Amino acid sequence: MSDTVLSLDALTVRLPKGADRSHALSDVSLSVASNEILCVVGESGSGKSMMANAIMRLLPNEVTIERGRMMFDGRDLCAADPAEMREVRGAGIAMIFQEPMTALNPLRTIGDQIGEMFAIHTGLSKADIQARVRALLEDVRIPDPKAAAKAYPHELSGGQRQRAMIAMALALDPKLLIADEPTTALDVTTQAQILKLIRDLQQRKKTAVLFITHDFGVVAEIADRVVVMQHGAIVEQGAADTVLNDPQHAYTRQLIAAVPPLKAPPPRILSGKDILTIDGVSKTYRTGGFLGRGARVTEAVKNVSLRLPRGATLGIVGESGSGKSTLARCIVRLIDPDRGSVVLNGKNWAKLGREEIRRETRHIQMVFQDPFASLNPRRKAAELVAQGPIVHGADRASAIAEARQLFELVGLDPSAGDRFPHEFSGGQRQRIGLARALALKPDVLVADEPVSALDVSVQAQVLRLLAGLRQQLGLSIIFITHDLRVAAQICDLVAVMKDGAVVEQGLTSEVFGRPQHPYTQALLSAIPGGDFTRKRDALIA
Amino acid sequence: MRILSLAGRRLAASIPTLFLILIGVFLLLQLAPGDTVDALMAQMGGGDAATAQQLRKFYGLDLSVPAQLGNYLWHLVRLDLGFSSIYGKPVATVILERLPPTILLMTASLSFAFFFGLVFGVVAARGVNRWPDTLISTLGLIFYATPSFWFGLMAIVVFSVYLQWLPSGGFQDIGTVQTGIRGVLDIAAHLVLPTLTLGLIFLAIYLRIMRASMLEVLNLDFVRTARAKGLDETHVVTRHVLRNALLPMVTLIGLQAGTMLGGSVVVESVFSLPGLGRLAYESVVQRDLNTLLGIVFVSALLVIVVNFVVDLLYARLDPRIAAEG
Amino acid sequence: MDAVKRYFRSPAAAIGLILLLLIVAMAVSAGLLYPRDPLALAGRPLVWPFSNPRFLLGTDNSGRDIAAQIFYGARISLLIGGVATVIAILIGILVGAFAGYYGGWVDNVLMRITEAFQTLPNFVLLLVLVAVFGSTLTTVTIAVGVVSWPAPARLTRAEFLSLRNREFVQAGKTLGMKDLQLILGEILPNALPPVIVYASVVMAVAILLESALAFLRLSDPNVASWGNLIGLGRDVLRVQWYVSAIPGIAILVTVLAVSLVGQGLNDALNPRLKSR
Repeated sequence: MSDTVLSLDALTVRLPKGADRSHALSDVSLSVASNEILCVVGESGSGKSMMANAIMRLLPNEVTIERGRMMFDGRDLCAADPAEMREVRGAGIAMIFQEPMTALNPLRTIGDQIGEMFAIHTGLSKADIQARVRALLEDVRIPDPKAAAKAYPHELSGGQRQRAMIAMALALDPKLLIADEPTTALDVTTQAQILKLIRDLQQRKKTAVLFITHDFGVVAEIADRVVVMQHGAIVEQGAADTVLNDPQHAYTRQLIAAVPPLKAPPPRILSGKDILTIDGVSKTYRTGGFLGRGARVTEAVKNVSLRLPRGATLGIVGESGSGKSTLARCIVRLIDPDRGSVVLNGKNWAKLGREEIRRETRHIQMVFQDPFASLNPRRKAAELVAQGPIVHGADRASAIAEARQLFELVGLDPSAGDRFPHEFSGGQRQRIGLARALALKPDVLVADEPVSALDVSVQAQVLRLLAGLRQQLGLSIIFITHDLRVAAQICDLVAVMKDGAVVEQGLTSEVFGRPQHPYTQALLSAIPGGDFTRKRDALIA
Repeated sequence: MRILSLAGRRLAASIPTLFLILIGVFLLLQLAPGDTVDALMAQMGGGDAATAQQLRKFYGLDLSVPAQLGNYLWHLVRLDLGFSSIYGKPVATVILERLPPTILLMTASLSFAFFFGLVFGVVAARGVNRWPDTLISTLGLIFYATPSFWFGLMAIVVFSVYLQWLPSGGFQDIGTVQTGIRGVLDIAAHLVLPTLTLGLIFLAIYLRIMRASMLEVLNLDFVRTARAKGLDETHVVTRHVLRNALLPMVTLIGLQAGTMLGGSVVVESVFSLPGLGRLAYESVVQRDLNTLLGIVFVSALLVIVVNFVVDLLYARLDPRIAAEG
Repeated sequence: MDAVKRYFRSPAAAIGLILLLLIVAMAVSAGLLYPRDPLALAGRPLVWPFSNPRFLLGTDNSGRDIAAQIFYGARISLLIGGVATVIAILIGILVGAFAGYYGGWVDNVLMRITEAFQTLPNFVLLLVLVAVFGSTLTTVTIAVGVVSWPAPARLTRAEFLSLRNREFVQAGKTLGMKDLQLILGEILPNALPPVIVYASVVMAVAILLESALAFLRLSDPNVASWGNLIGLGRDVLRVQWYVSAIPGIAILVTVLAVSLVGQGLNDALNPRLKSR
């Protein structure tokens, strides 16, 4: 291409001794032209973020560029001295990051931090800078730009913070914008808005964009061209349409296949009997305040009523802050609900005393989100799984023996029971968590975002395992997730939550096929790459 | 305004703490062998039981413990700390006389420790694991391990006895009481060694915390953002890192105000400074329990005031505090 | 075993451990090397160090062997430092664990008390305790322990606060564990490493507190303690400064050794801090 902005030529980045591999990047060659969005896709550990840092020459101390060239604006960035690099950063190449909260200095105002761009690279007066900052904030469509300029990062929402980051990055009209997973930390509706904003601004300013993501949905939404990375090397690159519709490399095919379809599978026949009924459950939090003054009241869960038929899977979907996790914790009584009933096996779970809950808890078990935080790092895997039965009176030896059988059930090597949690991968840990919950032979399993922290390919494996176990053990499951694709795949029924209340519920195929509530419709249309998946799903069907 | 009300609320919350301390120490002192009257009689060179009883009645010491406690608190509300029989003056007067040297010493030591702790901490963090860092960190460890009273004695040997640069003790020259600028200089000369002695361990603590917190902040995401903007390292530190890194250090000042006041007991004894700390020591030796209780009250009050100021400072540095309410 | 290897990777930590072992050796061998009472008259007063082979470190104002007092003083410093630290850490863990785990009014009450202890300057409280209960070895040790617990309590509480909402603790709850099982079996083992590391700070401060008390002649006068000796040497400071200087160096080295070991432990138990 004639107007290439950046080209990497056999870029190789060396990791320090003791890392899990010798090179973060090996022989990476690619180019970005003006007015195009190049998506770099890969799972965690593929080296895609390291590449962004290498281009900015902001690699961690012991990580070094071994060889290769990075041509930008007629010079090789690998050979640039620190002063030259400082001129390029911000003015020539700008960057936005995954976590807008931590990427902004908490002690300085938004306007101050955006204005710093001009202070570094231009000789503009204070008044001029202020005017430019205002204009930029208007450009990124922040509500009330004047107030936003004076606000501190903690006073803005996640989406607004990312808008401010984008305003900062585009302040000096850089030729290249590097976006490192800029929407991963955001809710799906906010994500859709930010993706649209990046697309609009890029087209208006003819910027070249290097967009790093792990999500093929996002790729389908925004990419002109795609680079697929695995273990620090490029396995495939080409035009977005070609790569998405006709992937050549096996890994690319695997990644695309792992993106769950949006359409629900044909409904299973559900039992007429309910195992769990939730009726009018509410939970309100009061925070802050002194002697009742100035307290903030948050209604986390508002009057929620749901039914879980025996053997069915009920999905509870919603964005962050919708109250879905609080509801899950109310159901297992990690949190005490203020009002309402949770009836399991004819017992009102919401009214049980502490002692009774401890006894009855084996009927309802929970699987947690974070496979790193949900296992006690100081206990061996088999011990973790055996803990429940031991607490409920089983003798230690037989509980451990049983735990090893459970290992097999969840697809782990039974001999792995002597290892500690940190010796397992994320997906394996989640299997241990599942085995721990199953050890008590519960009737109901409450799974709180069980696959959100996993890479897509691992996600698919864990979901398959869960579906298989459900069949095999006759489990009834409450499945909490923010990801509608995941919900579509595994849930028979879904309930959509917003601001603590259920706005819509019913059979998954109905809710996703013909959404009634405007919020459900908004959620579904906000899914990145929706059109692509629908087309693909239609082809498969 | 929000900030002020916030800090004010914290101040109000420390009133129960103050009473808790007073009641606790008052009851504790009831267990002490001998009371004020015993001390007084000892000073008078003995006396008969009848005099003792009369005196006890006079000081209200014949009442029950709860009644005495009630009495004491009631007087305290009216800012009356009782009477020191050893000094023959109201306790409040004795303490007020002794307060200025202590406050001067603490302010000087704190400023010294804070300023150099900050500078050394930043220098060490900038050159982490290179020789300036190694040197500063090693010195920090040694300063931390040095008993302050011993450092004071050795400083006297070197600077007063051998070099004869500085006075070895006291608050000002007794022989020639000077006024004006020369008087100030005289007091300053007397305070140099005590300030160094008291400040040394805090210098060590501050530089260590500053170094650690600089290193921590340097690893945060927004520092990467600042670098990605094209900012040079010096400005990255001054504009983005420093203020964030200062927060733990400011917190520490509040937490250690009490430790510093405690340290002044020893330092004032070494340098014969007529301050609150020395008064505390003297009242323990002379069993002047009324004065001791008064000192407990005043030093707790001092710590609370320092914490109030620290709260204000912290809220100015960190806008997130005001939002939390 | 990884932790041991990591510990010895730092030369400072290794030096600290060697110094500490030397001091322990001094304390153990004191009775063998100096079978006589260290506080008994041994020879002429104020003999300079290295001038008389019988008194390697010289004698003090009343003619007692300084070297003997240094050896016996190691016992006192380690004993008081060690026992006071155990007392402070135990109280601290107890208070911090309950405050952090239960929160609410339990936390409120316990933290108020902790705050009271922190608001009152610890050395002033130490003076009050000594004034009330006297200056025997036992009372001084307990008093030093009692004024030192608030910081470990706060640390333990902070650890418990962050750990009690961790998912593995919630998982334990859903398995039906009792509060005590959760506190002792799940949270405490994970909260302990930073507290153990902090114990070195407590011990260093405890040794310094006791020596300061002894320097003011408010500690037990009937034992050979480094602080006592410094206080004694103060009377002859202008000429025979060595009487104060020598025990001061002993204190410095001991506290330094304890701090170095603590730092080494910290790096060994929290490896990620070092690698960054």
